[in-house]
Amino acid sequence: MSLQTRQLACTRGERTLFANLELTVAPGNALRIVGSNGTGKTSLLRMLCGLSMPAFGAVLWNGQNIRSNREEFNRQLTYLGHAPAIKDDLTSWENVVVASTLAGHPIHQDDAYDALDRLGLERAADLPARVLSQGQRKRVALARLQFCTHNPLWILDEPFVALDVASVAELQGTMNRHLDNNGMIIFTTHQEVAFDAGRLHSLDLNQGEPC
Amino acid sequence: MLKVLLCVAQRDLLLAFRRRSDVFSMLSFFIIVVSLFPLGVGPEPAMLQSMAPGILWVAALLASTLALNRLFAYDFADGTLEQMLLTPEPLTVIVIGKVLAHWIISGLPLVLLAPLLAVQYGLPGDAVLVLFYSLLIGTPILSLIGAIGAALTLGTRGGGVLVSLLVLPLYIPVLIFGAGAVGAQASGMGAGANLLLLGGVLAGAMALTPWTTAAALRISLE
Repeated sequence: MSLQTRQLACTRGERTLFANLELTVAPGNALRIVGSNGTGKTSLLRMLCGLSMPAFGAVLWNGQNIRSNREEFNRQLTYLGHAPAIKDDLTSWENVVVASTLAGHPIHQDDAYDALDRLGLERAADLPARVLSQGQRKRVALARLQFCTHNPLWILDEPFVALDVASVAELQGTMNRHLDNNGMIIFTTHQEVAFDAGRLHSLDLNQGEPC
Repeated sequence: MLKVLLCVAQRDLLLAFRRRSDVFSMLSFFIIVVSLFPLGVGPEPAMLQSMAPGILWVAALLASTLALNRLFAYDFADGTLEQMLLTPEPLTVIVIGKVLAHWIISGLPLVLLAPLLAVQYGLPGDAVLVLFYSLLIGTPILSLIGAIGAALTLGTRGGGVLVSLLVLPLYIPVLIFGAGAVGAQASGMGAGANLLLLGGVLAGAMALTPWTTAAALRISLE
């Protein structure tokens, strides 16, 4: 099981953001994508999960192009995008239930309450997402990860933004556990994260070369 | 598969319920347009009767285009649509769920209100019944076809005008058969042919548009 890219290229209008990008993520490994603003981190993540079409090249899952067996690939994938996918008019627990059902893991109200409890959001569970702070909304979005532990590939766009110190540590724990279970994580972040050195690789889009 | 469909439909209904004002503004538009015509045109029963099918249908059609923008725009803005594209279920299932909810929110109320409003045009009872049936068959077609337009214009500026331009030509057959059914019934010819044609269009739209909408959504999110 692995995610690979072949000569991946991304263009915005006339400008080439990156080209000839070759990367491989193997089970138990995390890939951290760094780069200044506007270097194409989010564009790369959207390509890796099949939301946007590469200008050139292909993304392969187990050696097969993800576009040729999309539903099978989606079954293995959890994507947390730049936008949190939280509905203002739904309560926190309703958001978690809907997000998890969409991700292919139908859950009940109680499961959603438990998940929110574990993230310290028990008092916000019945509140509409409209009244939550940015950090709380982020945590509601992250609650879904607890039901996606069987999806080997996690692609997380800026998962640490807006989180407080305790939540960052909690999320790192969740991510480490996922790696322990032979999961794969691809994520972007601007802040330093603590992972076991052996399993964290990073890709700097400023240079365009994996290092 | 059914679970995801029901979850999406239920969620959209819940959201519409929490934002009731959107639905009410569409309904009040329909009621106001239909009620103003008799006042403006004058009280001659014969003329009102002959105009009624057209006015009721045009008003219903415009009211349902008003609601189209909201079909995908909110989900697009907050990222939910990305998650919908990445579900293990076929996107078509989600589209069907959303269109179903959209029809219940924006089509069904029109179907139920129209017979009441038809009273002020002095339509005979059997014509009112045909109006009810023609809207019952016709409004789902409006939602199904409108979904394609709404999906194609996602994220474009001035999408509201563009949706109308894209979708209104496709609505015209529905308008002709729908209003034609009521007119034919009122003039004693029987509405069977028109209603059957509408039913045919509905069957075709149900079979084809969800796939088209799903493809359009993928293009819009590229």
